[in-house]
Parts: sequence; structure tokens; C-alpha cells
Amino acid sequence: MGYLVHRLRVGIVGIGQTKFGKLSDSSSRELVADAFKEALADAGLARKDISTLIVCSGTHYDKQRSPAGIMAEYLGVNPTPTFHVEAACASSGVGVRVGWSMIQAGLHDIVAVVGFQKMMELDAAEVQDVMSRSGDVMWESPFGPTMPAYYAMHARAHMKRYGTTEEQLALVSVKNHKYGAKNPYAMFQKELTVEDVLKSRVVASPLKLYDCCANADGATCVILAREKLARKFTDAPVWVAGLGLASSPMSLTSRSEFASFQCTVQAARQAYKMAKVTAHDLDVAEVHDSFTSAEIVNYEDLGFCRRGDGGKMIQDGQTHIGGKIPVNVDGGLLAKGHPVGATGAAHIIAIAKQLRNEAGQNQVPKAKIGLAHNIGGIGMYAVCTVLRAS
Amino acid sequence: MAKFIDYLQDAKVCGTKCKECGSLQFPPRAHCTRCLATNIEWKELSGDCTLITFTKVDAAPSAFIEQAPYLLALAELTEGPKVFAWIDRRLSEENIAIGMKLKLKTSKLSNGNVSYVLTQPDVT
Repeated sequence: MGYLVHRLRVGIVGIGQTKFGKLSDSSSRELVADAFKEALADAGLARKDISTLIVCSGTHYDKQRSPAGIMAEYLGVNPTPTFHVEAACASSGVGVRVGWSMIQAGLHDIVAVVGFQKMMELDAAEVQDVMSRSGDVMWESPFGPTMPAYYAMHARAHMKRYGTTEEQLALVSVKNHKYGAKNPYAMFQKELTVEDVLKSRVVASPLKLYDCCANADGATCVILAREKLARKFTDAPVWVAGLGLASSPMSLTSRSEFASFQCTVQAARQAYKMAKVTAHDLDVAEVHDSFTSAEIVNYEDLGFCRRGDGGKMIQDGQTHIGGKIPVNVDGGLLAKGHPVGATGAAHIIAIAKQLRNEAGQNQVPKAKIGLAHNIGGIGMYAVCTVLRAS
Repeated sequence: MAKFIDYLQDAKVCGTKCKECGSLQFPPRAHCTRCLATNIEWKELSGDCTLITFTKVDAAPSAFIEQAPYLLALAELTEGPKVFAWIDRRLSEENIAIGMKLKLKTSKLSNGNVSYVLTQPDVT
């Protein structure tokens, strides 16, 4: 896959997010406004400075069609251009890519990307209904699959081929909750033990409750600007160094590989190439840990370790702070919660904080290059963003 | 789709075969995966397949809560295409393993609709 030559550098000049969790008192538009306001303040910008607003969310969690309309109105940015970007759990990760592209194209100078989801108004089975429609509704949904079921089927393939164990899966949850406990934005700020995970109820074998991330409400905002402006707003913008986006078949029947998400392999390759880095150059990463098994597969797909060594990597503590590459040291989706549309930008925000040395108790010392990775749906989209400190 | 169900009523699970390039597909398609040709014919599947992966769903979507738990599987037919379906309720999770042989057969659901299921080759 080739790239056009790009001349501009695009910087992240503002970040903002709400806490994730059950936020019953706030509507989606209010959550978005909180994140947007925080990002504007972070960048030192006013609403009028935003030249386009990209609104990202998963569909079918609420009744609002075309949510960009109501968001732009509520934020008071009309007649600024606005539109919606959807790529399931990767929505706002893709939104940042779209924003970057618009700046590269010279259409806009400053782009705000907001991601949101309000999931807690639905009960667990209703969320499963929505999520299971991320599979093929004609040929798979009639058998009652769920998001955990799809990931469980991939997990079992990985366990069979490489001998990955349920204990190794549990260690991912233990790690992410360890760091989530120190993240004030996380839904679960409590540590777990391997035994807690192994003893939790089965959701879709071999995945148990604490192998699965939780549905959540939340919103995020990332403000991008072209280089000259970025330098004006902040002394130390975080630069978007590499981007990757790829797809895999949605249906399991059309896939050939179950112990890997091929779209991740492709997206990572693109992003590393564009940023002129390898996986070994990364100081910190946020990867899509919607399920513990997915994080282990991601280690391999993203090149953090050799194929089949993902289980060993967590067992050896190589993805904790101080290890070979700290992964999801803000708690990941497992501890933070997963408000689908907000998640992609949340990963980018977490890496931006690391590169700005603002990650508090979870700071990775001297982090200069970081990766944010999201999977959309059951591994049909993968988006990678390599960020670099000033 | 109506034709596919007609075949199920006749106890046949059918895929589609491209008359241009010979490629066999399941689920059935109007456009060939390989060459996008629409010159397609129905082809009954052997039903002989191997289990690629599976899960037991305990937490089900609202429409499936009464059926839970159920075994969901992906199997590969000897002639190539893969099938996503339930595993026969007479089989328990303890007795199934990746790599085992299964037979794809038509089935009748409790609501009277026809479907297909993965079952043990010797179970009728």
C-alpha cells in the first residue's frame, strides 16, 4: 500500500475527556460538551477557532440519527462543518485519521474530533443485541452470537495453537486493573487478583466476566492543528507521526485466520512505515483490550513479541511499566470501561498524556514515541496511530 | 434466500457455485467471491466438516436468553467453505474439541423454522 507524500505536520494541541462509567445524570450532548470544553481549555482555543467538528460514535445505542447535527448545535459551533464517522469501537480513532487528512488537504486548520457513547441506559442483554449486530446479520446473528462470543472463538483458536492459558488471560486483567486503580477517569479503580478473574462467571467460554471490558458512558475530544498553528498554541504539541487503517472480513466464514486479527497487522505496518519506526522503538502503547485475549493477540499482531509468545509476554511482566513495552498502563478498556465511540480518542489521549509527561502515577519514564491501536467490531477494522513527543 | 430455505425444507444445505470460475461458496451469494460473476448455480454441500473453533454462550442477547447456554461454532467443510452455526444440543462442551469431525445437517427450530446445525457424524 502506498502513500502520497505529505508535507505538513499535524499536532495534537488539545485533549479532553469525561470520566467513564455510569453517568446517568448527563445526556450524550452534555458529555460531549464536557470533553470539548476541556480540550478547548487545554489548547487555549475558543469555539470559533474550530474549523471543522468530526463527531464519532457507534450506531444503535440511542435513537438519535445523524448525531453530528445535535452535537454541533449543542456545542454552538454552527455553521462550522460537521459530520459523523462510524467504525464501531474504532470510530474516534478513525475520526482522528479523517481530521488529519482534512488538515493535510488544506481544507481546515484546526479540527476537533469528539467521540461519545451512552450505553448504560440499555440493559446488558440489549447491549448484547446491539453489539451482536456488528457481526453478519444475515448469516451469523440468527444463531445469537455476542461480542464476547466472537472474541471467545478467536481466543480459543489462539489457546489451541499456542498453548495460551486462562491464567495468562487473567494476568492481562490484573495488570490493567492495577493501573486503572490509579486512573481517576477509570470506571473501575480497584485491583483484581488472578483468582478473582478465574472465578468470575463465564460469559462465553473461555472468557469470563473479568476477561471482558464493561459497557460505559463517556466522551472524549482531541483537537488537531497544522504545524504552524500547533506551535502557536503550545510549546510542546504531540505530533501525529504515523497512521494506519485496514479491514478484515466481517464474517468468520470469510476469514482464514483466527489466532490473529489480520487488519491489525496491516494497520500497524502502515503506521510504523509512515512514522519510520519499528515496534521496538515504541516507549508505550494503548491497544484494544476489549477482552484479555485480544490484548495478548495484539502484542503479536503489533510486533511487540514473536507470534505465539503473547501469553508469555504478559506472564513475564513485559507489558507493565518497567517492562519491554508498557501496554494499557492507564487501565485499558478492561478497567476504564468502553464507551464505544469515545474509546479510540481515549487511547490517543492516554498516549498524548504519556508523551507530555502528564500521566501522573502511571507515567512511563521518558516516553517519546507511543502507539494507539483500536479494533472495530469483531476485528473488521483496525486503526493505528503513532504519536511522537516534541 | 427463498431458494436456500426451499432446499433446507428438502433437508439439503446448499452453497453456490460459480459457473464461470468454479468457486464454491457458503453462505450462498449472488456474486462470486472470486470473480464477481453472477452466473451462479446451487450446489448441495457434503456436510462433512472439521471444527475450527467454538464457544459456549452463557450471556445471550435478549432474543436468545431462553435458549442459553448454547454452543456456537465455526467449521470448515471438506470442500473448502466455512460454516457458522450452532452445535447440536446433544453434544456438551466437554465432548467437543477443535479439530473434531462434525456433520452439517438441516434442523427444525422450536418455532417451526428450518435452519442448519453442526452435529456428530454418527448422530442422526
